[in-house]
Amino acid sequence: MTWRPWPRGLRTRLLAAFVLVTLLGAAASVWAGTRSAGRALVTSSQDQLVRGFSDQIGVVAPTLTYPPDQSALDRLRAAVGADTLVTYRDLRSGSGAGVDVVTDTLRQTVSTRNRMFSQRITAHGRPLLLLGTSIVVTAPDGTRTASGIEVFAVRDLSPVQHEVENLTRASIGAAALVIPLAVLLALLAAGSVLRPVRDLRDTARRLADGDLRARTAPAGADELAELTVTVNEMAESLQASITTMQRMQAEARRFAADVSHELRTPLSTLTAVMDVLSTVTDDLEPAVQESATLAITETHRLVRLVEDLMEVSRFDAGTAPLRIEDVELAGAVRDCLRARSWLDQVVLTVPEQLWVPVDRRRLDVILANLVANAFRHGRPPVLVSVLPAVAQVLITVVDHGPGLDDGVRDHVFDRFYKADAARSRSTGSGLGLAIALENARLHGGGLTAGRAETGGAQFVLRIPRNVRPS
Amino acid sequence: MVSVLLIEDDPLLRRGLELALSRYGHEIRAASSGEDGLHEFRRRPVDLVVLDLMLPGIDGLEVCRRLRSDGEVPVIMLTARGDDFDVVGGLAAGADDYVVKPAQPAVIDARIRAVLRRGVSAPDVASAGRMRTHRDLQIDTTALTVSRQGVNVALTATELRLLLTLSGSPEQVFSRQQLLREVWEHDYLGDSRLVDNCVQRLRAKIEANPAVPEYVQTVRGFGYRFGPL
Repeated sequence: MTWRPWPRGLRTRLLAAFVLVTLLGAAASVWAGTRSAGRALVTSSQDQLVRGFSDQIGVVAPTLTYPPDQSALDRLRAAVGADTLVTYRDLRSGSGAGVDVVTDTLRQTVSTRNRMFSQRITAHGRPLLLLGTSIVVTAPDGTRTASGIEVFAVRDLSPVQHEVENLTRASIGAAALVIPLAVLLALLAAGSVLRPVRDLRDTARRLADGDLRARTAPAGADELAELTVTVNEMAESLQASITTMQRMQAEARRFAADVSHELRTPLSTLTAVMDVLSTVTDDLEPAVQESATLAITETHRLVRLVEDLMEVSRFDAGTAPLRIEDVELAGAVRDCLRARSWLDQVVLTVPEQLWVPVDRRRLDVILANLVANAFRHGRPPVLVSVLPAVAQVLITVVDHGPGLDDGVRDHVFDRFYKADAARSRSTGSGLGLAIALENARLHGGGLTAGRAETGGAQFVLRIPRNVRPS
Repeated sequence: MVSVLLIEDDPLLRRGLELALSRYGHEIRAASSGEDGLHEFRRRPVDLVVLDLMLPGIDGLEVCRRLRSDGEVPVIMLTARGDDFDVVGGLAAGADDYVVKPAQPAVIDARIRAVLRRGVSAPDVASAGRMRTHRDLQIDTTALTVSRQGVNVALTATELRLLLTLSGSPEQVFSRQQLLREVWEHDYLGDSRLVDNCVQRLRAKIEANPAVPEYVQTVRGFGYRFGPL
């Protein structure tokens, strides 16, 4: 199986897509929501801190003596609260650990800019708000001058950040609750989409298995319903064509069977009268005698052809009966060869007393066809050997002729196949090997053509030994 | 000269077989339908009937059955198809042998002669003596008659020949192929259903209970034997 980056099942894919979209949506809304809420929270608490800072300074500043002394600075610092640094020139009043984050840069900025300054920084692993301002003295005439007193405060933003984090966590939790719901919905949706798909698949499978009446009832009016209708139409036309084809095939077979059957009566008459003619040919003038001989020969050939055609028709119609009995193979092979006067022209290798369940007549037909074929197309000596195995018996017929070309071997069992155009009028019906193959198959065995070690043609008949008598 | 009644509906084949079989020294009388054939046979009996199975009117099977109920004249059927249906039906109707169309007249002649030989001599008569008695069964090997409990049993030539062959060597097992050679004079491809059918008909005539035969016993997977009684 090849590796796929995407799950195979439609259901899995639908589910994955649904959950992914839900996750993305939830993540986006959590991100946007918590971000804006967090920002608002930070800004409001920052504003509050700044306001508190300047209010406290505003309350204490008018009471200060100017220029301030150290105690004045201390008072101011105490009023502003913890983590506060108050400076005036070289005087300095500071408390709390946080004030060390007040940098020179900040102090410089505050002293030059002359107004309230705030900055968020992270120090000691905590979010801090840094506030700074310089106190302005307003003269009675309204002019404002910097007093040189500078106040810095450090405020801890951790509570706010915790609040924001809690908010985020709550949002994610809420979003997570949606996911099982999304899976459930996806399963429902997949089910409603997949049921018609599965029905269609079952129908297609039944069609493929040959049940041409298989149909799916279309439901609804969506694309799947259209597809179902299309598949039904396809099945309809398939069924129609196959029925037509089967009818034509059956008709063709019946025609072949009928033709050969109808030929039997006139052929019987011909056979009868040829027998009469053959007894008197000696008394005829040469041309008439030759004509009579030709008529007799051709009648016999016609009889053979019609008999083979009828046999093929029976195979096609599936009505060829198999009559199995236990047969002693050596005797059967010898009987077959002796009946055709081949016994002394064939080199026979067969174990004695080998009993095999076969149809005696059909085995005779196969052997006779194979040996006749070896004599007709090969060269002597023709070897017939019987090799018993546990489950089957192999009967091999080998000749010493030129052998079979690959192109010929593929077609040698075809009906009316003639390997050599020049030999197209050989004495066989052209059905012998096809009938031999059908007979082998009827036994549950097989027949194969190949090349012998000698270079000649080799036919191997395989007959299973476990066929039970019918 | 052997007289043969040929029942065949096709006029040309009827004439062709008449011509051919006459040359083998038989006296041929022909009929074109089953009704004509039965009428002809009752008017003047023949030694043997060659019967086509496909006939207009009453078919060959029915003709064969009626011939059997009238007597023991041997019947050889001509089967047009050589299909099992015809052969089995014909044998069940009591035919002695069958030939598949288109048949060589020489083959038909050989079958005619073989069937007729069955009725004129018993195998190994000399060694067996004239009368053989097997429990209730008495076989006269010279007169070729069989009686059971003193009552004469009418057997066809083939049935008689089969009984004589089997009872000639009591308790010896005969294979179907052996019996086909001895009784029917068929070659190695003889149809064993001829034997099975004839055994059934023989049992129906000589056995007290044909379903549990005493005389002609089956040796499963091999063939038949006479006894042991």
